[in-house]
Amino acid sequence: MKAIQNIGIAIFLVGLGIFTTLPFIGSFKLDQTTFEDIVAEKKIKSELFIADLQQNVVGKEFSGMVDLSSKISKALEDANATHVKNKEYKKKIYTKTSDMASLVGKRSGVGYIANNKGVMWFLTFGLGIIGALMFIIPQVVTLGKKGIKNDGIYHQSSTNRGWIAWLVFFFLVSFYMVLYFGSEYAVNWTYLVDPISESLSGNPAGHWFVYGFMYCVIMTVMAVRMYIKYRHNVYQVVRTTSVLFFQIVFAFLIPEIMVRLQMPYYDFKNAFPLDYDFFFSWNLKELTNSGGIGLFILVWGIVLTLVIVPVMVYFFGKRWYCSWVCGCGGLAETLGDPYRQHSNKSLFAWKIERWLIHGVLVFALVMTGMTLFSFFTETGTVLGVKTSSIQTTYSLAIGSVFAGVIGTGFYPIFGNRVWCRFGCPLAAYLGFVQRFKSRFRITTNGGQCISCGNCSTYCEQGIDVRAYAQKGENIVRSSCVGCGVCSAVCPRGVLKLENGPEEGRINPTEVLLGNDVDLMELVNKK
Amino acid sequence: MEHIVIIGNGIAGVTAARHIRKNSDKQISIISAETDYFFSRTALMYVYMGHMKFEHTQPYENWFWKKNRINLVKGYVNEVDHENKKVNLASGASINYDKLIIATGSKPNKFGWPGQDLLGVQGLYSKQDLDQLEANAPDKETCKRAVIVGGGLIGIEMAEMLRTRKIPVTFLVRENSFWNGVLPAGESALINEHIIDHHIDLRLETNLVEIIADENGRAKAVTTDKGDTIECNVVGLTAGVSPNVDFLKGSGITLGRGVKVNRHLETNITDIYAIGDCAEQHEGIGNRRPIEAVWYTGRMMGETVAQTICGNKIEYKPGHWFNSAKFLDIEYQTYGWVFSERGMKEYEKHFHWRHAKENICVTVAYHKENNLFLGINTFGIRMRHEIFDRWLTEERDVNYVMEYLKDANFDPEFYAQYEKEIISKFNAENGTKISPKKKSWKRIFSHA
Repeated sequence: MKAIQNIGIAIFLVGLGIFTTLPFIGSFKLDQTTFEDIVAEKKIKSELFIADLQQNVVGKEFSGMVDLSSKISKALEDANATHVKNKEYKKKIYTKTSDMASLVGKRSGVGYIANNKGVMWFLTFGLGIIGALMFIIPQVVTLGKKGIKNDGIYHQSSTNRGWIAWLVFFFLVSFYMVLYFGSEYAVNWTYLVDPISESLSGNPAGHWFVYGFMYCVIMTVMAVRMYIKYRHNVYQVVRTTSVLFFQIVFAFLIPEIMVRLQMPYYDFKNAFPLDYDFFFSWNLKELTNSGGIGLFILVWGIVLTLVIVPVMVYFFGKRWYCSWVCGCGGLAETLGDPYRQHSNKSLFAWKIERWLIHGVLVFALVMTGMTLFSFFTETGTVLGVKTSSIQTTYSLAIGSVFAGVIGTGFYPIFGNRVWCRFGCPLAAYLGFVQRFKSRFRITTNGGQCISCGNCSTYCEQGIDVRAYAQKGENIVRSSCVGCGVCSAVCPRGVLKLENGPEEGRINPTEVLLGNDVDLMELVNKK
Repeated sequence: MEHIVIIGNGIAGVTAARHIRKNSDKQISIISAETDYFFSRTALMYVYMGHMKFEHTQPYENWFWKKNRINLVKGYVNEVDHENKKVNLASGASINYDKLIIATGSKPNKFGWPGQDLLGVQGLYSKQDLDQLEANAPDKETCKRAVIVGGGLIGIEMAEMLRTRKIPVTFLVRENSFWNGVLPAGESALINEHIIDHHIDLRLETNLVEIIADENGRAKAVTTDKGDTIECNVVGLTAGVSPNVDFLKGSGITLGRGVKVNRHLETNITDIYAIGDCAEQHEGIGNRRPIEAVWYTGRMMGETVAQTICGNKIEYKPGHWFNSAKFLDIEYQTYGWVFSERGMKEYEKHFHWRHAKENICVTVAYHKENNLFLGINTFGIRMRHEIFDRWLTEERDVNYVMEYLKDANFDPEFYAQYEKEIISKFNAENGTKISPKKKSWKRIFSHA
């Protein structure tokens, strides 16, 4: 078994190695017709840029994206600088250098990678999947009898913030940097999944398609791990299946198929304000111009946030969204599960959490308010502040850096729910409902707690579960996403996630069940 | 201001301190030689197993004590001088008290086995024991085999711990079935099977004779009364615990096996109290033993003595017995009294159900004449403490318990439920026609 696992790791690392090398290799050659197509499509009016590219790029073969993208970004920056100097603002190109480079790069790929997509897919994704499964599936045997098997988590470098964890951290952060800020380096990755993208939406893949596909693959493979690790726990098995289903079907397949059907790209489960650009004017315009389906999406999006989400939280707690449906939650509960113990449980961290997450919610609401004001009054500024600059700031700071780079990149160091706990504005909103008007609670089983601390240690949201359990108090914290792991790891059967009557949901106690009845009444009444 | 001094920072002492702080402004000091801060003793095993770090076993953050004006003193109390109302520490310092609470817990039993003090021979109770085990058995190369002596809760925990590092374990149990002084035969059999399933070399009805030393004074083997010699590097002595009260000999405080206390947890000396594992009731309360080395009772005594010290003199009156444990992968809970065949009352009758495949079973004890429900043991099923506590108070009969058993289920959502199977077996054995009632929130919360 150990041998199979080691071979699996080796195969996985080969796949990962090839995948990691791809941004730096490959041949690119832009031919004249393609270049003219791009100029026409992008309505490029800068003769400087066109001339520059004509001279330095077209017809030449580049080895690796670094070479090509430096030429393109230099041409673009030089041209823009001159146009600005000459006040020829109509000629200025507003496409970002990295977007321009990736656009050109995508159309000019030649050579092995671009021509052998299937083989390259196998050498990256294929090997990665096979290797990972060869490591994971033997755990049926190596983990031993079914039950909670957290043995060695704090002895291993990968799960105890050792050098492997730091490597993973570095890799994830770099990956997100490419995704958000250097999409030209993802061009070779897009070739791997072109056939899949074409079969779904009819279009070649962009870097977001790579991300979406990879997201599904990683979640599926890591869900296999969850199924094995928690095979004794039906709640975990059902929950994992749910979150996987919503990712693959709702977040990945349906939007792609909608594009094929000439409909707007839309993830029906992605609720505002997590879907922060839902009310951005480009989106509203696209929806209102898309006929019946656009209107339906518009109404659905509003009803989802205002009615469906809070009503469901009332009945089931915010878990129905955060750990059963949400894509961010889905990744956290699968890829992130090995890191759940790293969330900080201190009172200080809780303080930061409340300031940050509610701050982001306010930010999202203010930005949306400005957006809608600008949309209806057709002005670009609100009280002298440019709406678009607020939107750009939010997209960059919250949408990309917080949710992506920090949210996932920091898994191995700060745990798997950094974004969900400290940043997600939707989670903040659901949290209010869960805390003040919900039937959900984690019931503490009378006096059975032995304060061992497994629940707190493995709470991904950094809730000090034990602090409540050892006082016989139910847990009704707004941040709880209802993953159910505290209940799973409890050795004494103390915790149960359940939806029940609101009365008695919050039950402060000092003296626990099992002691003198008179004393319990005396003390607990206070 | 009155100075309350507590010896011992375990669950009993810390609970007392917390409740005294809630109810008063008294000066509070806790003395411990074991650790700087309170930790959960029951969680030590998880540190060795790598589930947690030691700091995770500490239920309160380090600032908690100062903020709540609970003064922590690291030191070992050599003697209690009640005439001068002070305790003398090993460091030579002494601390004056107005009221003293002794909460010094237990120490592992040693029964005079030859070689019991050799290197590599240890119990598993304190933080120091954990550190020692980490040194004695860091991996299977250093510790090629461990022998554990004593078939109780700590013994099986120690076996589980060592197995997580793939260390071969031989488990010597005096009885002819694991823990059958407490568990009824069916349950004890289930655990025997489970122990063997975990590749632990379980040797029933086997006693330790001698631990043999190598040339460096380390244990290298044990011999048993079956005539076997078992080579090993570590010997775990887990044959129970007894009160840690040796330092009180000659202090004038009346000792039995533990510190003798009355129902108010007072010792024979005014202003000195004893709680937790080290306290010994003059007579057991109800079916309880005079000394109860259990987490929950330690906590309850702490809750109680704090009231007395804060002027609300109250008797220690533990409610219905409950307990829990985990045997490797099998969770165990008990509510009320279910005795093993050895301790069974003459009026006690058992109903036992065991799942055909899974490690799940239930034993219900009831009065054979009037059907009064006496208690329940569950393995692999979680039960709701509040419901059983209420049924015991309401003196329900066994038929009622069966009928409403679904109300008591505390397993996570979506788990398979076995009430139907359990009840149909009960019906078949007793000629009853009980059908299970659907779970009702209204009933569950009717008294909440």
